[in-house]
Amino acid sequence: MRYRNIAAVAVSTAVVASLAAACSSSGGSSSSGGSGGGGGASGARGPITVVQGKDNSNTIPTLTQMWNSTHPNEKVTFKQQSDSADDQLSDLQQHFQAKDPNYDVVSVDVIWTAQFAAQGWIEPLKGQYALPTDALLPATVKAATYAGTLFAAPSSSDGGLLYYRKDLVPTAPKTWDEMIADCKKATAGMGCYAGQYANYEGLTVNAAEAINTAGGVFVKEDGKTPNVDTPEAKKGLDFLVNGFKQGYIPKDAIGFKETESLNAFQTGKLLFMRQWPYGVSILNTAGNSVVKGKFGIAPLPGLTADKPGASSLGGHSWAMSVYGKHKATALDFMKFSESDAVQKFLLTQASLAPVTTALYSDPTLVAKAPYLPVLLQSIQNAVPRPVTPFYPAVTKAIETNVYAALQGQKSSEQALKDLQAAINSAASGGG
Amino acid sequence: MSHMQSVPGGVEQEALAEEKELVEGYRPEKGRKKIATGEGRLAFFLVTPTVLLLALIVGYPVVKAVISSFQKDRGLDTATGFFNQGGGFAGFANYKTWLLQQCPAPGGGTVKCPPGTLASEFWNSVGFTLGVTIVAVALETVIGMIMALMMHKAFKGRAVVRAAILIPWAIPTAVSAKLWQVIYAPSGVADKILGHNIIWSEKWPARIAIVITDTWKTTPFMALLILAGLQGIPDELYESAKVDGASAWQRFWRITLPLVKPALAVALIFRSLDTLRMYDLPAILTGGANGTSTLSILVVKQIQSGPNSASALSTITFIFIFLCAFVLVKALGASIMPRPAAKGR
Repeated sequence: MRYRNIAAVAVSTAVVASLAAACSSSGGSSSSGGSGGGGGASGARGPITVVQGKDNSNTIPTLTQMWNSTHPNEKVTFKQQSDSADDQLSDLQQHFQAKDPNYDVVSVDVIWTAQFAAQGWIEPLKGQYALPTDALLPATVKAATYAGTLFAAPSSSDGGLLYYRKDLVPTAPKTWDEMIADCKKATAGMGCYAGQYANYEGLTVNAAEAINTAGGVFVKEDGKTPNVDTPEAKKGLDFLVNGFKQGYIPKDAIGFKETESLNAFQTGKLLFMRQWPYGVSILNTAGNSVVKGKFGIAPLPGLTADKPGASSLGGHSWAMSVYGKHKATALDFMKFSESDAVQKFLLTQASLAPVTTALYSDPTLVAKAPYLPVLLQSIQNAVPRPVTPFYPAVTKAIETNVYAALQGQKSSEQALKDLQAAINSAASGGG
Repeated sequence: MSHMQSVPGGVEQEALAEEKELVEGYRPEKGRKKIATGEGRLAFFLVTPTVLLLALIVGYPVVKAVISSFQKDRGLDTATGFFNQGGGFAGFANYKTWLLQQCPAPGGGTVKCPPGTLASEFWNSVGFTLGVTIVAVALETVIGMIMALMMHKAFKGRAVVRAAILIPWAIPTAVSAKLWQVIYAPSGVADKILGHNIIWSEKWPARIAIVITDTWKTTPFMALLILAGLQGIPDELYESAKVDGASAWQRFWRITLPLVKPALAVALIFRSLDTLRMYDLPAILTGGANGTSTLSILVVKQIQSGPNSASALSTITFIFIFLCAFVLVKALGASIMPRPAAKGR
């Protein structure tokens, strides 16, 4: 009697669990995931929700007021995600996989565009959703393009800059060799040069800059055939590997992310630093900054004096979800965020570099942010990281192998060979 | 239970299922009176809603994960550059990727997973997870035992000490991970105290850092469980042992240890299962970098690239932890259930 009860309970449990699993999996695939035109004609207007990462500089109230005052029937609501890029990516993936109609416009990092486009989650910006791109920086437009079509509207840009101590080094070095020669001007206890070399996305950024500056590439134009096992790429990687071996990159830089490297420069422990532009205001205002007024900004040093170093393109774009209901409003919002008024506001309030070429020579903006001309040069010489729908796996392959090479666990030849094989596997769909 | 930290859905529920099985594995002694039929039926109806709820929360994710682990992830249609729907039957391909290191090669077929792919880290991860569990749990047991013996003695302020010892356990893991990150910062507190500039983000220092932080955080839990066991030992045993001339060490080895074994075994099994599926501490402290990825971290990283492959890894983790639990219970299990002969001396 006892065992019959137990058996009955067990069987009903198993039946319930299997039914639930079977029902939900068939339910998921039966709804159509069609892209392009579905879900709303060009006249679909109404309130929209815009999703972005944490608003550290309090730009949302002003932007909301600017838009809502001119669009009373199509009010915008901003939704903020976590501060961490990985969490933002997971959040977007989950909502897209669940086909959530409440996410109308989402902010995508430049490295996520290819992935989202290939998954069919974001609307291609052509035909009724076309967006003019002539006034925009070409590098930003290229980063938002996949398979020849524009998939996102660039909204802010970013590039790597060389910060240097102008009290010790009056003119910034233009080549790697000049910078290494300048190392002897470092005072006691000061490291020479550092970027971000911890095992995370920042390492891909720095490795890409070194390899691209030396003339190498990670992948060919198609975005998935690796071509990294070349002498040029080895030269680029060796610049970083030799840095650790010969000592012009300090040993503890192996754990540096943006915060740690900025902190080292801020407390006078670095002569040269590769960093995003956001550091400028921090170095000038922070309490423990010993470099106030003593540092300068320059484009990254190149291999030869005639061409500056390639920086990795950063920045964000707005993308339109295919599951949203009010796509015409979404398109207008994306155009609104590329307007001069909004771009100027984002620069002054949040130090986000504009995507409109003309604004970089606007006198009032340059007065507020003197690094703008240098940043323009950096972005014009920027190379996007590999544009591939398998970007998470590709960046993991780069991080793991470059990190091993920097620590001396394998030679740079072996690292590049392994990286080639790993990108091949990643681009075939392997984790 | 607050110690079941936030490993996403499937893995946490699988571990919950194992602990449930441990408890239900208990069989009553023979010769017990059968429950009368009326009571049995009432019991059945009272228990069924809970079982159904557990089936929904525990059973459904487990079954769904196992089903999806046999399906293909979305693949790229190379002609158009867009992903297809995926979901076709993949057989054991996902499992082979992890266990046999078979990664897809361009143009079909498989190749040994090259360094830099997530799959290549699987066996290292297994080794690291096991290593952390063995070392950390051993340390926690020894230190926890010492703390429990100290707290067992009556002294002034004992209640305050007992409360204070719980503080590391009470701080959320995310907060303690961030605290210890500051301690391990380059030229930070740890370096100053040790007088040496250790680069904590390298492989072995990072692993030692994780063991230290985990031990700091969960030794109070072990200490409390062992203390509960200690308080069940009657004082007369010690007094008569002292009269018989037993030394302190003999009293510990012959009286304390055997009688505290049930509580110790429970604590050991709980802590081992918890550490085997640890996610939050290494994820926040090191990001899983440089050989400090546990299996749960690999699962979460894989979800971004291919959820069905992540389900396969999740199922492998479940089976692995189940086997470890089985071995542990077999090794310690004889002392969990009080023998009938122990009653009455």
